[in-house]
Order: sequence, then structure tokens, then C-alpha cells
Amino acid sequence: MLVVENLQLKLNGNSIINGLDLHVDKGEIHGILGENGTGKTTIANLIMGTNSYRPTGGRILFDGEDISQFSVSQRAKKGITLAWQEPARVEGLTVRDYLSLSAKNGSAGQIEQYLLMVGMEPAQYMDRDIDATLSGGERKRIEMASVLAMHPRLAILDEPDSGIDIVALPLLLNGIMEMNKQGSSVLLITHSERVTAVAHRVSILCAGKIISTGAPLETSQWFKNNCLTCPHINEPTH
Amino acid sequence: MIRYSVEEEYKGMIDAYQKAGGDESVLKSKDTAKLVVHENRVLANDGIKGLKIDTEQTARGVRVSFTVEKGTKIDRPVHLCFGLLPKEGLQEILMKVDAQDNSEVSVVAHCIFPNAVKVIHKMDADINIGANAKFDYKETHYHGESGGIEVIPKARVRVGKGGVWQSTFALSRGMVGKLDYDFEVYCQEKAVAELVVKAYGRGSDDIKILEKIYLEGKGARGMAKSRIVLSDKAKAEVRGETYGNAPYSRGHVDCMELVNGTEAVAVAIPIVSVTNDTAKVTHEAAIGSIDRKQVETLMARGLDENEAVDVIVRGILK
Repeated sequence: MLVVENLQLKLNGNSIINGLDLHVDKGEIHGILGENGTGKTTIANLIMGTNSYRPTGGRILFDGEDISQFSVSQRAKKGITLAWQEPARVEGLTVRDYLSLSAKNGSAGQIEQYLLMVGMEPAQYMDRDIDATLSGGERKRIEMASVLAMHPRLAILDEPDSGIDIVALPLLLNGIMEMNKQGSSVLLITHSERVTAVAHRVSILCAGKIISTGAPLETSQWFKNNCLTCPHINEPTH
Repeated sequence: MIRYSVEEEYKGMIDAYQKAGGDESVLKSKDTAKLVVHENRVLANDGIKGLKIDTEQTARGVRVSFTVEKGTKIDRPVHLCFGLLPKEGLQEILMKVDAQDNSEVSVVAHCIFPNAVKVIHKMDADINIGANAKFDYKETHYHGESGGIEVIPKARVRVGKGGVWQSTFALSRGMVGKLDYDFEVYCQEKAVAELVVKAYGRGSDDIKILEKIYLEGKGARGMAKSRIVLSDKAKAEVRGETYGNAPYSRGHVDCMELVNGTEAVAVAIPIVSVTNDTAKVTHEAAIGSIDRKQVETLMARGLDENEAVDVIVRGILK
């Protein structure tokens, strides 16, 4: 479904993504594990086309079509969406409005269901604005609900667990699995092995390059043993 | 100039009111106090117990005396509907409001100019809010798409001890044209004033906002808030002034202007002044572009860029 080939990004003369190759199959939850600064969010931006990021080399193929120069809207209309690590807050836009525009023609009942799936009580949240009055964790869960409402073909989730408390984490992981059950492929970007436990495959990112891909348990263990203790972050040759 | 019969005028005003998002049944309800004025003709004037609306036709508009009697609490909002259906004309509303002590009322004013090409709408209001009275005033405008309209609302409001004045002026549907808004409020002891202006300027719209609050009584509070969005070659100048002249008075000026594009021009001039050492007045003014991340968030849900900007603007001006 998603094929990233030899992807490169240089910003201000610095190489951020260095020949990254990645495959996400239809129906797959694919985790990307990486330490801070390895290029995780940059990959999300490049695939979604956000932040004005366009590759300086390589290709991003979605169903065989090169989408690397498409606008964000064009990619969304192909079925790709992104849940930001720190979602935007929009004054005057209610949770109901936000979920409705994500769900297109979803009924009120369906929309409420998406909030319940991430452990939020509709009566308490539907008429609130997605603005600064929400906590970071609340806003993240609403972001997840909006992705669920969209039924995307590919959901890119950037650090979905950051700002989420220990009680809400299982709900969030259930939400990811539910999304997958409903037919969405998921690119799960994180630095946490607890999150990649729900993935089918996991890739390890270092210095803007995938250095290993495999089953979640083994790959996560490898990440724990090698990357978390590595004194050479972003130096994959070590 | 095309003349309209009274029936046509009333029907035209109701149609335009509905198109502007109003609920026709409100204007037909016998339980709702209302005043409908087309140009200088009063088409409907229904008071309610404890509320007296007197009108007098003038050559250029209507003189209105609006009195809420002492201790009266009006449950349903009172609806005022002003407008002009022809392409050209002048409407001048001279308004005298007396909300007597301990009264409470909410007023919704709709100003409708759907065909305006060369129209002037002026309002001059002299407003007195009695002790412990509460007056909530919401004015929403609907203009056509030509932008040939000049709107000049001016009000001088005095709020008595413990009284509350809240007003919201919204002009976000149709073209603004030229807007020259000038409200000043004087607050006595423990009185509260909240002024909110929201406008969406496009084309060559020209917006001038002046909000002034004088905190004259001990413990008086005031907030002057504005939300302006500009596109194309529209320009706006917002002055928010608050004067803390009494002990323990508190004031805040909050101005946000967003510019969409490279040709619109936004200016914000907050003035805060304190003449008593226990008074405190703060301000925040921000001018910027529409947040790219907000736009992309909505685009990532499948909206086109223009649709996304529209959703954000509507939210800001809601």
C-alpha cells in the first residue's frame, strides 16, 4: 500500500532523512521506533506532506502512485491522514464539529461512539472547543477519535502515547487495534516499546534511515538493548 | 429607486432575516417582544409587560426609546430587526435605552442589508444601565456581497452600581464594506462591562474599531475584546482602551487580528491607563497569519485549503 523508496530530505544543508526505505502493507500496523532526533516526525510530515516538507530525493508511492508532490488535501482524499504528536488547537471549533468534518456524513450516534472508543464521555466533551482549555491528553484522545471517525486507508500516528496517562494508554491502544480491525493500515511512530506491542512489524530508525525491521518483540528488544544504551545516537555505523 | 409596499417590505425583511440565519418563528411569536424597522418605517413593534418600546419616524430613520422597567426580568430575548432592502439609502437609528434598576434583558439585533450597493446605516445610542441591572446586547449584521455599505454604530453606555453591560457586535456574513464602530462605556462601583467585536473583512473592506471602557467606580471591571480576520486587500485598525480610574478596578484589552494573504493590513492599538494604585489593567494584542498547523490539521481530514481556512475563521468569529 505504502512504499517509501530511498527517501531523502535535506534542510539547510543538513541531511535529515538519508535513503529511507519502508513498506506498509494493506491491513498492517507498522511501528517505527526511534530515539529523539532520529527523524520520526519528519517521516510523518513527508508522507502527509505537512509542514511544507517535500523530499529532496526518493519516492513515496501510495497504491503505486507517487504522491510526494501532492498537497495535504490530495493525500487525505487518497485516504491518508495524520494524528499529530501535538495536535493543533482551534478556537471556536467544537469536538462535535471536528469529529463531524472528519466523519463526513457520520451520524451523531456514530460520532459519539468514536469518543467513547477513546474513553471520553460525549456529554462532557461534544460541545467543548478543541482549544487551550483541553489538557494535552484530552486533545490527543480527541485527535485519535477524529482519525477513527475518518476511517482512513492509512493512519499515521505520531507519538500517540505522549501526554497520555497510564490509565488512558490501554484505551488508546485499543483504539489503534479497532482502527486496524475496521480496515485502516497504521504507521505507528513512537519511542515506546509498549506502543509497538500492538504492531505487526516494527522498524528501527536511526539518523533518518531504517536500520532494522522485524517482529515487534524481537525488534523492540533489540532497540532496548542497543539503541537506548547507545552513545552514538544518529550514527548507525556504530 | 424602487419603492416597496409595507407588506413587501415586511416580507422582504423576514426573508432576508431568514437567509441571514434568523428564525422566522421568533418574529411571528406573540410572546416575543420585537421591533422591525425598514428604512425609516416601523413595520412591527410588539412590547411585553415591563418593556416599553416607543418609536418616532424621522426623515433619515427612526428614533427609538427602549425602557425596561424597574425590577423587570424578561425571559425571552427581545428582537430588533433593522434594515434596508433597496440598493441605495440611509438608515439612522437614534436609540435611547433605559434599563432601570434591577432589570434584566437580553436583546438580539439583526441588521440586514442584503442588496446594499450604496447604503449608510448609522446608529447613535445613549444607554443607561441602572443599579444591579443586566443588559445583554448582541448585534449581528448581514450584508450582501457588493460591499457598498457604510456602517457607523456609536454608543455611549453608563453602567450603574453593580450593573452589567455585555455586548457582542458580529459582522462576518457578506462584505463588511466600511465599518466605523465606536462604543464607550462608563462603569460605576462594582459594575461590569464586556465589549466584543468580531468581523471578517474581505475585498477592500475597511474596518475601524474603537472600544473604550472607563472604570470609574470602586471594584468596576471591564473587558474589551476583538477578533478580526482579514483577507484580500481588507484593512482594519482596532483601538482598545481601558482606563482604571477607581480603586480595585480591573480591566483587560484583548485584540486578535489574523491576516490571510499578503495584501491585507491589520493594526492594533491597545491603550491601558491606571490612575489609582490599586487598579490593574492588562492587555494582549496579537496580529498574525492563520496558523498553518490548524489549516493542515483540517486538510489532513480531507478539507481543501480554502474550506479549512473558512472553518478556522468561522470558529474565531463564532
